[in-house]
Formats: sequence, structure tokens, C-alpha cells
Amino acid sequence: MTTISENPQAPATAESAKTADRGLIGLLPERTARAVTLGGAALTVASCFLSWTWDPDFPGDLTVYGYPAGLQLQVLLLGVLTVLFALSSYGVKGLGWLTPAGADGAVKFGALASFGTAWFTVIAISVELGGLVNLEPGGFVLAVATLVTLLAALDLPFKRPTVLPVDPEDTGWDQFKHRAGNGWASFKATFSAPRPVKKLRPLPTAVEILIIAVVLGLALSVFTYGIGTEYDELFLGFLITAGLGFAAIGASGLLKQVTQLTAKHQNLTIAGAFIAAALFPFTQTDDQYATLGVYILIFATVALGLNIVVGLAGLLDLGYVAFLGVGAYAAALVSGAPTSPFGVHFPFWAAILVGAAASVVFGVLIGAPTLRLRGDYLAIVTLGFGEIFRITVMNTDGTSGPDITNGSNGIASIPNLNLFGFDFGQAHTIAGFTIGRFANYFFLMLLITAVVVLVFRRSGDSRIGRAWVAIREDETAALAMGINGFRVKLIAFALGAGLAGLAGTVQAHVTYTVTPEQYLFAGPIPPNSAFLLAAVVLGGMGTMSGPLVGAALLFLIPNKLQFMGEYQLFAFGVALVLIMRFRPEGIVADKRRQLEFHEHDEQPAPAATPAKAGA
Amino acid sequence: MTTTTTKAEAGAEPAARETVLDARGVTMRFGGLTAVRDVNLTVNSGEIVGLIGPNGAGKTTFFNCLTGLYVPTEGEVRYKGQVLPPKSFKVTAAGIARTFQNIRLFNNMTVLENVLVGRHTRTKEGLWSALLRGPGFKRAEAASEKRAMELLEFVGLAEKAQHLSKNLPYGEQRKLEIARALASDPGLILLDEPTAGMNPQETRAAEELIFAIRDMGIAVLVIEHDMRFIFNLCDRVAVLVQGQKLIEGDSQTVQGDERVIAAYLGEPIDETPKAEALAAETPEAEAPAAETDADEAPEAEAPADEADEAEAPADDEAPDEAPAADGTPAEDDTPADAADAAKDAAPGKENDA
Repeated sequence: MTTISENPQAPATAESAKTADRGLIGLLPERTARAVTLGGAALTVASCFLSWTWDPDFPGDLTVYGYPAGLQLQVLLLGVLTVLFALSSYGVKGLGWLTPAGADGAVKFGALASFGTAWFTVIAISVELGGLVNLEPGGFVLAVATLVTLLAALDLPFKRPTVLPVDPEDTGWDQFKHRAGNGWASFKATFSAPRPVKKLRPLPTAVEILIIAVVLGLALSVFTYGIGTEYDELFLGFLITAGLGFAAIGASGLLKQVTQLTAKHQNLTIAGAFIAAALFPFTQTDDQYATLGVYILIFATVALGLNIVVGLAGLLDLGYVAFLGVGAYAAALVSGAPTSPFGVHFPFWAAILVGAAASVVFGVLIGAPTLRLRGDYLAIVTLGFGEIFRITVMNTDGTSGPDITNGSNGIASIPNLNLFGFDFGQAHTIAGFTIGRFANYFFLMLLITAVVVLVFRRSGDSRIGRAWVAIREDETAALAMGINGFRVKLIAFALGAGLAGLAGTVQAHVTYTVTPEQYLFAGPIPPNSAFLLAAVVLGGMGTMSGPLVGAALLFLIPNKLQFMGEYQLFAFGVALVLIMRFRPEGIVADKRRQLEFHEHDEQPAPAATPAKAGA
Repeated sequence: MTTTTTKAEAGAEPAARETVLDARGVTMRFGGLTAVRDVNLTVNSGEIVGLIGPNGAGKTTFFNCLTGLYVPTEGEVRYKGQVLPPKSFKVTAAGIARTFQNIRLFNNMTVLENVLVGRHTRTKEGLWSALLRGPGFKRAEAASEKRAMELLEFVGLAEKAQHLSKNLPYGEQRKLEIARALASDPGLILLDEPTAGMNPQETRAAEELIFAIRDMGIAVLVIEHDMRFIFNLCDRVAVLVQGQKLIEGDSQTVQGDERVIAAYLGEPIDETPKAEALAAETPEAEAPAAETDADEAPEAEAPADEADEAEAPADDEAPDEAPAADGTPAEDDTPADAADAAKDAAPGKENDA
């Protein structure tokens, strides 16, 4: 493909580009830049069918011509997306719906995404195999094509923000800061959508539902692809692709329209998300990734429970994982496990009640004395109680205390569940699909998640939920409105504890063993209190889908990036600081919080779709 | 303005009144500091009672004692004959609602949600009914919402029901606070400086709103600095100075009381220092008057007392007060005007020039 030269008359229009709305770089006039972008993107697509390296040692085998694999597929997808956006920017008939907020922002993000993933691949090949010599011509074509696309895309005009001129009397450092600030503002404006999103015209309900179904299906495939990435490079590429690709779709305005649709059919979307999530085990051939799925669900469910306490009622609970532990231990003790000192075997419905009830009791016991405290004091006390739980469990081993929990050995060999003759330990074949042990638990956990989602939604939108939010907003005023602050907070605390306990009862069976070391304040493996809180804050406080998305990311990233080893927590901290700096309302923004943090921004960042909620 | 008729009514049927609020010997000490000392105050149904006093006189502390935010060190507060419990949410449940001096809305909730929170004590639905969503829950939610919308209609915010409360302009936030307080169906509403920071039009609207609240059968106790506002509005005014109640009575009694003037303006000792003291006090004392009515300010500067008296009939409350105005010049109007009168009387006329 030689699309670069296909626009000979472009230089003629050069003067028109001299006006204020020039691109960020200003190398090319607008029409040339647009043509080059389109051509570059097309070339990127083409290069995905070439061989990038001659060495099949690079994971994914990128040596084959005409057959994109691994990272090539991701670049191919981004390339196609960029081409489509670029064509839409030309006003090609039938593609206008792709960019309801104008195409330029989306094209730029698409070019950036292709560039990011492609150069990541090229660099990874060079570093791992030892030098640029390992690249085939296809690799060079790819590198050049994506770079040219990006540069040309940055030449597309955009609405420059009005910036304050530098004060010449400032010190050098202040001038530097000021210039950097102005530069950053222009840079941000480059990538913003050129015009506000058009309101979606009303479609027949069936079509709207179909669109939601397609979006959910896409979300499921993205999630399935991400969870199934087999090597580190592919997962890192996936993160770049998904993150920037998502941003591109956001800049195109499609995301906003989908959000409008899902907001219109909220119950349907949630139900659909659960169906999509339930289809996940059927996309798998073995139980390997269903394991991840069930752990993500446990983590996400507990995070959603915590969101009632933190997000709605505003009670900072740093020892929340203890309630998961109480539920898990309670269920383990009555599960008939040989190491349980009680030696009773309750049916599961009884075990689940025992686990939830134990957590609620524990929550009330901890909450009653501590909820009279406000703010930081409450956080410190809950942190303490979380640790007290772990140490108590550690010490009730028969030597330093009564023999209840087997101390640090924990309660092992918890038998598998058996509900109505359905043995969770066995693989079952349903309609030709093999559903393994973890997939069985995945379905059970999905039910629990559904219960928690229901509780969250219904309690949040009611008299009691409004009282929680009122307490979070202004406790004194809430009291003056006749809200019994202590009682309402205790209900939130106990409810959150009970939901965590519910998840704990399943967790005990999934993991076979419960030990005190599973319930730390902070550790490399989620769920622990710090990660739970991070999932809530990262995903979006007070929202329903936020903690679910946050938990999925926080579980997958450390799990997939094993090579980071002991730097995991460090990277986690850096990521958290960056997110809090650039998107303080979390990935999924509560409408209220979005207004709170971005009052002065002209173009608030697009909210993530809640479509991934159930995944 | 309907002050005249109001007072006629007030005089006509005092016997039918029941005592809504009865504070007896309320004393509040913070360590060694006595913020409120032995204050007695009653509010009867259908009455608007004002509480005034210089800054730091203990008005808000007294309010907090009434609403259970503080537990009075001594004394008791009765609402319709029952001693109030020392918890603010129980006080609200009993039937006393309040607003705050510095607006305390739930900023990140919508206007409607704010009022719905105010309905909290008058609804019963707990967690279980919220989770199960039976027909009773839906009925109660619909009823709450209807009542909340009525109240928003009443204060004139119905169109903004879905806005975030913090995005409302200042005056509307004040109105929303009143609507939120009314949502608990109170028998008595305590307003802590409802017109602070408002312009004359808004103040007048607030006045109308408070009369309308009184007409709903809700007794009102209001703290205010704006003298014109409070004397227009209130059937009785109590003056709190340094934590003690100085005087209580209708507008004329209070305005005429020397101690009140002294509390606001300072005590004259002899001629020369008096002029200086007044010169220092004047800007402060004049402020409320300037706020109330911008036209008033230049006229207040007029050198002769007569000019002030001639102005008086133009004021809203003037008709029934005109006969009383032939005492000392200070008696007929707010202390702000009294300040002018005194200032004019003083030899130090160079202040005006």
C-alpha cells in the first residue's frame, strides 16, 4: 500500500493551515496530515500481515507472513480502528455513527494506541532477542508507519485552549512551571473530542437492546482475551491496547452514547452483564482461567460490600478483610473438614447463614464501640481490629489459646460443596462444554455477586441509603435532620460485614484451606484490606460497577505480571498515586463526584461504560 | 407586608395559644466560660420570635442547646410540655427543625434528595423493606417524594429538583435548607440567620417565606442581625447580651430599651468621648440598614432628625409605630437610625463633612 503519496494536491492548501487552529506539531498542513494519517494507519494494518521477526523464539511466533498472531492481532485491531476513524473524519458515508463527538480526537488516540503497542512490540523484540537485527522488514515498516501516523495525527488541528502568558518577572523555575502547565493544557486539548456528543436519537427498543447485547459481548471478549493472555508481553500489550483503545472510543463519543443507552435500560444491562459473565466459563476449554475468574469475583464482591461502608456511608474501614476471614472461618469450621475441632457438617445453606451471621455479629461488636469516632480515628481503630482478628486466629491453636482455628496451619481439606446432588468438586459436561471445579464455583460466586449487587443497588436508593450519603456529606447536619447517626452507621457497617462474610463462605470452599495469612492488611495477593480499598477508590467510590472493574484490574495485573516480583507493591503504589492525580474520581465516575472533581474542566473525561460490570 | 394584621391577630387570640417551646434557666458553660447564662424563653404556636444580640452574645450556642447539639449545663428545654432528649436527632423527631448559620446542605446530593433526607424522621422504612421493595416501600417512597416536591414548590425550587445542591446560588441554598427543615413536619422551626449575605430583594422574599411558614401553623424562632428584618417579622423579640437575656417584648419595647441601645452602641460616658465612640461604632451599626435598603443610606446621612422621622412612614412597619415615635428619636427606628440620631446630636459634626 502506498497511500502516503495518493494526495498530490495537498500542498496547495498549505496557507489555510497557518491560522490559529494548527496541529500540536505543525509540520504538515491539515489536509496532508489527514491523508498521511489515513495512509499510515492503512500501512499499519498491512504491516500486521508481514513477518516482524525471523526468530520464532519471541513469544507468539511473529514470523509468519499473512497470518497475524499475538501482538500483531492487537496492532491490527488498533490499525483498523484508526483507519475507520480517519475515514469517518473524511465524512465517508455510513461511518458517521462511529464518531458522534467528531473524529479528530479519536484518530489521535487511535494513532497513539497503535504507536504504543507497535513500538512496545518492536522494543520488546529488540531487547529480548538482542538487537534490532532481529527485526524483519515488516517490523521496520510497522515502526515507521505507526510513527508517521502518530506525527501526522498530531498535525490535525484542534481547538487550542486559552493559556495565560508567562509573567516575565517570575523566577526561572516559576516560568518553567508555567510553560509546562501551558504545554500540558495544549497537549490535553489535542486529544479531547472536538465537539460535544450528539444526543442519541431514539431507536426502536429492540435495536437498543441489541446494541447493549453487542457491547456486553464485546466486553466479554475483551475480558476473556485479557484473562487468557499467555505471556507477559501479550498482557502488557493488551493493557496498552485496551487502555488507549478505550480512550479512543471515549474520545469518539461512542462511549457516552452507550452510557446513555445503558442508563436507559439499567436493569436490562445489569441482567445482560450477568449473563455475559455466566457465559465466561463456556469460552474456556479448561479450568485454568476459571480459577482466576472465581478469585476475581470473590475479590470484586467483597470490594462492592466495602463500597457500601466506604463509598456510601463514608466510613473508612481499613480492616475490612477481617470480615471475609470471619465468614470463611465460620464456614470452614462447620464444613466437616477433618481439621475443624467441631466436626460438624452443615449443609451449605446453613453454612452460608452461619458465615454471614458470624460476620454481622463481629461487625456489630467492632462497630458499636468504634463508630462513635469520626474520620481518621475510625480508620486507625478498624486497622487495629483487622490485625486483632488475624492474630487472634493465629493464637487460638491449642497452645497459646483454646484450640479453635489450628493457628497458623489453618483449617485444611475443606470438602467440596454438594448442592442438590451437584458435586462442585467434579467436572460436569453441559451441552458439550466441560465445566470444571472452579467453573462450578464461578457460577455459585456469580450468584453471590448478584445478591450483593442487588443489596447495593436497593439499599443505596432508599431512605437508609440517603441517610448514609447524608452522614458522609455532613454528619452534624444529618443528625439535625433526625438521622440517628450511630444506628445508621452501624447498619452500614454490619451490612458490609455480612456481605463480606457471604463471600467468605464460598472462598473457604474454593481455596480448600483457610489460614490467617490470607487476611492481611496489605500483601501482594488480593484480597487484602489495602487492595480492597484500592479497588473501591480506583474503580470509583459510591458506584456499583466501579469496584467490580477496579477489583478485576487489581487482581489481573499482579497476577499476569509475575515477572515484576517484589516490585509489585511499589508499582501498585505508583499507579495509585498517578490515578489519584489524574482521575481522582476513579475509573467509573459517580456522576456526583465527576462534578465535584472536574467542575472547572471544560471537557470532563468520558466515563467508562458500566458494561464490564458483571465481567 | 402584613405586619399590621399579624400583630392584630397576635393580640386578638393569645389565650388559644399553646406553648410550643419552653426553655427554662438554660445555662451552657464551656469550662470556665459561660456562653449562655440562665436564659428563659417561650415560643407559642403561630408566633414568630426573634433572637438578637451582638456577635458572640451566645445566640447560636443557645440554639444548639435547644436542638440537642449541646446538652445544657443547667436548665431544661420543653417542647409542647415534654422535656427534650439531649440528642439532636431525637429533638428533630420530637418536632423541632433547624437551619444553620453557615449553610450545611448535603452538597453532593440533588436538591430533591436533600429534602428527602429531611423526611427521614417521618418515614419508617428500614433496611429490610429497602431490600425487599414491597408495595409498602414503594408507597412510602412515592409519598415522601410527593411531599418533598410540594415543599420544593413551596420555596420555589421545584424546577431545580435534580440539580446538585452545591450548584445552587446562595439564596436558593438558604431556601433549600428551609425546605429540608420543613420536610420533618416540625411544630417549631429554628432559623439561624436566614438572610445573612442576602440582598434586599432576597431578604424581602425570605420575609414572605417566613410568614408563609408561620401561616402553615409552624412556630418560628429566628436569629438575625438585620434589625429592620427582625422588627418587621417578629411578634416578640428577645435580646441576648453576653449570654444573658436582657429584655424580651414586642419590637417597640425592645427598640426603646436603653440597655439594648447600649449593648449595640456602647454606653455614653460624657460628651467628648461619646462622639469618638460613636464614630467608631457607626459603620458597624449602619451595616444592616445599608443592607436592608440601599436608598436608606443617603437619607440616613441627613443632618436633621426630622428627616429620619419623615422617612419612617415609608417603612413597612411604620403605620402602627408612628404614634409611638414621638418619644426620643432613638425609639422609632432601628438602632442604625438611632446611631445617626445620636451622632447628629453630638457636637462632632465634622464626621459628616
